[in-house]
Amino acid sequence: MLRRKISTLLAVMALAVSNGAAAELKVGFVYVGPIGDHGWSYQHDQGRLAVEKELGVETSYVESVPEGADAERVIRQLASSGHDLIFTTSFGYMNPTNKVAKRFKKVKFEHATGYKRAKNVATYSSRFYEGRAIIGAIAGRMTKTNVVGYIASFPIPEVIRGIDAFTIALRKENPDAIVKVVWVNSWFDPGKESDAAKALIDQGADMITQHTDSPAPLQVAERRGVYAFGQASDMKAFAPKAQLTSIIDDWTPYYLERVKAAMDGNWESKDTWGGLDTGMVKMAPYGDAVPEDVRKLADSIEKSIIDGSFHPFQGPIKNQKGELVVKEGEVLSDEVLLGLDWYVEGVEGSIPK
Amino acid sequence: MLPKLVKRPAPSRFMVYLSPVLALFLSLLAGIVLFVIMDVSPLAALHAFFIEPISSAYGLSELAVKATPLILIGVALSLGFKAGVWNIGAEGQLIVGGLCGGAVALYFYEQEGFHILPLMMLAGIMGGMAWAGIVAFLRVKFNANEILTSLMLSYVAGLWLNLMVHGPLKDPEGFNFPESRIFSDSALLPVLHEDYRLHIGFLLALVIVGLGWILISRTLLGYQIKVSGAAPAAGEHAGFSTARIIWVTLLIGGGVAGLAGMIEVSGPIGQLLPSISPGYGFTAIIVAYVGRLHPIGALFAGLLLALTYLGGETAQILLNLPVAVTGVFQGLLLFFLLACDVLIHYRLQFNQPALAARGA
Repeated sequence: MLRRKISTLLAVMALAVSNGAAAELKVGFVYVGPIGDHGWSYQHDQGRLAVEKELGVETSYVESVPEGADAERVIRQLASSGHDLIFTTSFGYMNPTNKVAKRFKKVKFEHATGYKRAKNVATYSSRFYEGRAIIGAIAGRMTKTNVVGYIASFPIPEVIRGIDAFTIALRKENPDAIVKVVWVNSWFDPGKESDAAKALIDQGADMITQHTDSPAPLQVAERRGVYAFGQASDMKAFAPKAQLTSIIDDWTPYYLERVKAAMDGNWESKDTWGGLDTGMVKMAPYGDAVPEDVRKLADSIEKSIIDGSFHPFQGPIKNQKGELVVKEGEVLSDEVLLGLDWYVEGVEGSIPK
Repeated sequence: MLPKLVKRPAPSRFMVYLSPVLALFLSLLAGIVLFVIMDVSPLAALHAFFIEPISSAYGLSELAVKATPLILIGVALSLGFKAGVWNIGAEGQLIVGGLCGGAVALYFYEQEGFHILPLMMLAGIMGGMAWAGIVAFLRVKFNANEILTSLMLSYVAGLWLNLMVHGPLKDPEGFNFPESRIFSDSALLPVLHEDYRLHIGFLLALVIVGLGWILISRTLLGYQIKVSGAAPAAGEHAGFSTARIIWVTLLIGGGVAGLAGMIEVSGPIGQLLPSISPGYGFTAIIVAYVGRLHPIGALFAGLLLALTYLGGETAQILLNLPVAVTGVFQGLLLFFLLACDVLIHYRLQFNQPALAARGA
């Protein structure tokens, strides 16, 4: 299996090299998890493979790089070994990326989910919360116990945004439903993630959603006969009955666009925050358990987000105390969303401080 | 018939010291087999793993950076392990040390002064000592197993660090992301050469190796540590206080691990993050054993283990080998080391019936 994977990789690389002139550009990727996580890092690696295949450039990657002292060395190693464009795909690589970028002015860097840019450092991220608004509505229609379990990684704005968008949509369909959150303090820890799923189901949750990267919670949901939503990739293979849909991160179009720009010499530093409209966020096909009327609802929400007639953070929005914080007709600005640090009404517990 | 292990009357001293070399050699052999199975040229793979990372001055400097915490903690743990005090939680002591040192750095944010770094070091050492002190207290007072308490406290330390970078120590201008501010220059360890990340922490590690060696081989305390570990009853008969040995070895272990944590945050990292160590405290256990529980041994073992990490990265970049290969290599090394040790201390006996007959 592994052997086959590696030999195909080598074959792809050989092909890339034989493509001639285009192969001059070398692109590096740094992943926070293993490429086999079937979640976050897996999806970035799918983008890398597409770049290799379609543009014929040489790429390399380093997986499971800790977000600490090691990141800077790995990024620098890529920069100094002839890579012209380097994607660092986790928030914790922000400062290391910028430190290395200062030293290697001719190398271009792209950092995912951060906010520090430079002349040779661009940033990019996805509006995953748009997908949360869709699965929130599905959960609101389908929960019987009115308790939804949410497995969260770290209390950063991106994750809070997901919880809030999900809860707003959930309670729009079902005002009695509540969200219970378990923090596992990790992006990828199948053991902890499945423990969290079990604990949430034991507390009455009949829907599980997650902002962590492994398919473990879906497997638990499948075994315990409850429903769940996939994360980052289509995880149906792990939970054919339990997965209702999945929020897919599709980095391929972005990576192709940026690598092409670098090849054509018109790459420049900018910030990209793409959503359903650009195809950066996609929804997986619905599971068999999703009834027709719920599919229609989900489709219409997706359409209205894409055409801009609806925003997941559209008022009225109440905070946990029940105070109206966003009035009818108003929408939370991107600026507020980027630093979001409070729960909306309907989320149980408090944000770890 | 399964062979039986029989204790050798006196293990060869020569072999005891040779076994890490033997283990390394056997791991390399097993590695070659592994690479052949994976369809990768073993020569290219071994070159990527062990030669390429240290074939430049930059590579060597990075090796020293990576090895610094491993050497420091490896030396400190060796002392405890020699005394039979099993401090498995150096990771937690490192985290608390880093947290305390970092808190001092943030307290003096944007201030100048030569007092800041020494104060950070002191805070790091005290923090690590306090964390290990809990373990010593529980062991001496309630006879609580230090393996369990020190390990559990590691998780507590990790969560505590998380709490602090999500709360009081969070960067006020950081969009709520769980990171502290980047330390000001006076709170960063000076680097030895401006092109590299190599900092004076590595020199401190060398000093600790020297101090550890003097302590274990030239002082009464070192003698007491050795006796307490090798023959606890004899130690007590000689009037050595077991409680004192437990306290001293844990405090040294914790203090040095705390120093290592402070060095990490004020050296290569330069700020507090939710996670400041990829498990140095645990890897240092392997370092201590590969180094034969000897401070000089820990120096070489720390460099070797650091090289396997760097090599793993190079092998990924150059050969697209999966990161798991690094883990497999480290595992093989420890496995062969333990296997060699068993065979040095025991021999295989195949003629069990004769033994049974003698027993009858």
